Amino acid sequence: MRIVKALAVALSLSFASPVLAAEAPPPPDARFGFAGLFGTFDRGALQRGFQVYKEVCSACHSMRLLSYRNLLDIGLTDEQVRAIAAEYQITDGPNEDGEMFERPGRLSDRFRRPFPNEQAARVANNGAYPVDLSVITKARAGGANYIHALLTGYVDPPAGVEVMPGMNYNAWFAGNQIAMPNVLNPGQLEFADGTEATVEQMSRDVTTFLAWAAEPEMERRRQMGVKVLIFLAILGGLVYATKRKVWADVKH
Amino acid sequence: MAIGLHDSSFKNPVVRWVDQRLPVFTMIQKEYGTFPTPRNFNYFWNFGALAMINLMIMIATGVFLAMHYTAHVDHAFESVERIMRDVHFGWLIRYAHMNGAHLFFAVVFIHIWRGMYYGSYKAPRELLWILGVIIFLLMMATAFMGYVLPWGQMSFWGATVITNLFSAIPLIGPEIVTYLWGGFSVDNPTLNRFFSLHFLLPFVITGVVFLHVAALHITGSNNPLGIEPKGPQDTLPFHPYYTAKDSVGIVVYLAVFAFLIFFMPNYLGHADNYIPANPLVTPAHIVPEWYFLPFYAILRAVPDKLGGVILMFGAIAVLFVLPWLDTSKVRSMRFRPIARIAFLLWTVNFMVLTWVGAKPAEGHYVLIAQIGTMIYFAYFLVVLPALGRLERPLPLPESIARAVLGPKAQLGGGPVPGAATAQPMEKA
Ligand code: HEC
Ligand code: HEM
Repeated sequence: MRIVKALAVALSLSFASPVLAAEAPPPPDARFGFAGLFGTFDRGALQRGFQVYKEVCSACHSMRLLSYRNLLDIGLTDEQVRAIAAEYQITDGPNEDGEMFERPGRLSDRFRRPFPNEQAARVANNGAYPVDLSVITKARAGGANYIHALLTGYVDPPAGVEVMPGMNYNAWFAGNQIAMPNVLNPGQLEFADGTEATVEQMSRDVTTFLAWAAEPEMERRRQMGVKVLIFLAILGGLVYATKRKVWADVKH
Repeated sequence: MAIGLHDSSFKNPVVRWVDQRLPVFTMIQKEYGTFPTPRNFNYFWNFGALAMINLMIMIATGVFLAMHYTAHVDHAFESVERIMRDVHFGWLIRYAHMNGAHLFFAVVFIHIWRGMYYGSYKAPRELLWILGVIIFLLMMATAFMGYVLPWGQMSFWGATVITNLFSAIPLIGPEIVTYLWGGFSVDNPTLNRFFSLHFLLPFVITGVVFLHVAALHITGSNNPLGIEPKGPQDTLPFHPYYTAKDSVGIVVYLAVFAFLIFFMPNYLGHADNYIPANPLVTPAHIVPEWYFLPFYAILRAVPDKLGGVILMFGAIAVLFVLPWLDTSKVRSMRFRPIARIAFLLWTVNFMVLTWVGAKPAEGHYVLIAQIGTMIYFAYFLVVLPALGRLERPLPLPESIARAVLGPKAQLGGGPVPGAATAQPMEKA
């Protein structure tokens, strides 16, 4: 069609580039506790979710916008967070001799990346790039519902569908062929609080953690919103009463 | 009273001292205190004041964002997220600026719609209207460049598609695009100049708004009846009547604004813009922000690129000559039974264009966009010029006061005697 051609011309002036394949259906509502207008993050879920990220996802995915100090906000103590940071070796420097050196992580360090750069990440993942997860729930149309659906969406491909080598079938990924393997299996980790590590549980918890990471201000934002709206409601009443009084003596 | 000093009526010695030398207090008193304003405004007349407040909010939040933002392709995305995470109330500032832009367009769309429905563009307010259209154009340029700054996927690809439109201009098109980009693709030089211009344009807008309001205060406001006030019985002093009424609108507006910021800050945006820009990956659908959609639909309705660009800019250019396309002397649609229906249909059509602008340009969506484009232009170029001659308007009321107070009322002076007549101000 000519329209499509005209648009193609507009675009081809920029880079020739691969276009994402067909879209998947909208994900079901997973009824997360933080999803409602006044919802908050469950601290237990956040801490378990961080554990899932740390023990599973962080092998491939970075979260470069987060620092270890941010973990203080999910209810971990100062000591716990310092201990977590110190588990990682961070490259620092140069020192007085002009050398880079390794030292244990501190509160102020960003989360350490699993790969030094995108190329290294691709080589280790069959050419696919495990995206940074810092703002992932804001960066996908279905938000947290989509992430949860994706993580629990590894099913057998329907008859007749051929999965390409190095790819996996996922019911919720656009185009259904995803380079990320199924990484959640029942009982693969032990939650510190004794919660049973089902796939559903791990997926919900890590999704909650990712939603918090994307919008760490959410709870404060909503609290402030309630106060502001109450203030405006009172102010509105007063202003409207004033307006009525001012206009009482004129017909209009 | 020395020669050369302004004849001030203020008693407070400090105010008076200033006012004699620089009559700002007299001016405020005249333009916002006693300014004679039609007594029959409805709440549509709030939207000019709302736009003004919105502009101030945009500038205030924008200046603080600029203190922390980094205009570089390697840092822009991250610097915006840092503002949201590490700057005190940075999330509030950024979400206010982001949602403020959405609201600004909503407010100005209603403001323009009001002008079209009540015929505010007609003589003697043509220039006032044209200044408004200039503001609207400047707003679109500002919003487009602002959207590029966070350097997400939609920033990058939106900038690429829109700047590429200029390549449709015969002969010099490609050259112009290279100059816009500062290179051979949307890249760091593009981001830098867009930041500079995005900072500059709101102040240009402020200047044009000043002219817009200055022109308004020469002709005075229109009103829902579309007939000119004939005397003090038809008007009220701006203060306290319209300061009070505008305040009601402002609080409602702030409540809507607050709800967006605090409870659904990303609802009106596109998720793809939280993916850092990547020149190698094209998003499945490149969709502009909602307020550009009607014009985007017109752009894509035409199979020819140059034709599409001309029609898209034509859709706004036609507003400049609207005062002369509408040949009817009657302003308000209340008294134009046929034009009123035509305009309401045009309004629905505008919404259809908004909707179809977000759809992929394929199949029957193209046809809908083409019909929508035809209706859009037909209203201005055929219906309005013809109706001015063919339509029989309803009888106009004798005066605003007669319409408001009823035929039997005694028409004395306004409720505040003498207040509606402006104080004489020395014209230097
Ligand atoms: C073995 C490495 C590996 C691990 C472990 C891993 N991922 Fe991935 N992930 C990938 C790769 C590779 C991709 C890119 C997939 C593609 O583009 O086809 C990806 C993509 C994603 C995406 C983006 C999907 C989209 O819509 O584009 C999300 C979200 C995601 N992973 C979440 C997770 C979470 C949460 C975990 C931990 C529970 C995890 N991943 C563990 C390799 C991994
Ligand atoms: C930054 C954007 C704008 C601001 C701050 C602004 C401000 C104002 C203000 C304060 C008024 C007086 C109050 C009122 O009548 O509502 C006004 C009137 C008016 N504006 Fe705007 N305006 C803006 C944009 C526009 C645009 C884009 C248009 C049209 C394309 C426009 C057309 C008019 C007209 C025709 C009037 C006179 C209305 C009347 O007298 O009834 N304005 N404007």
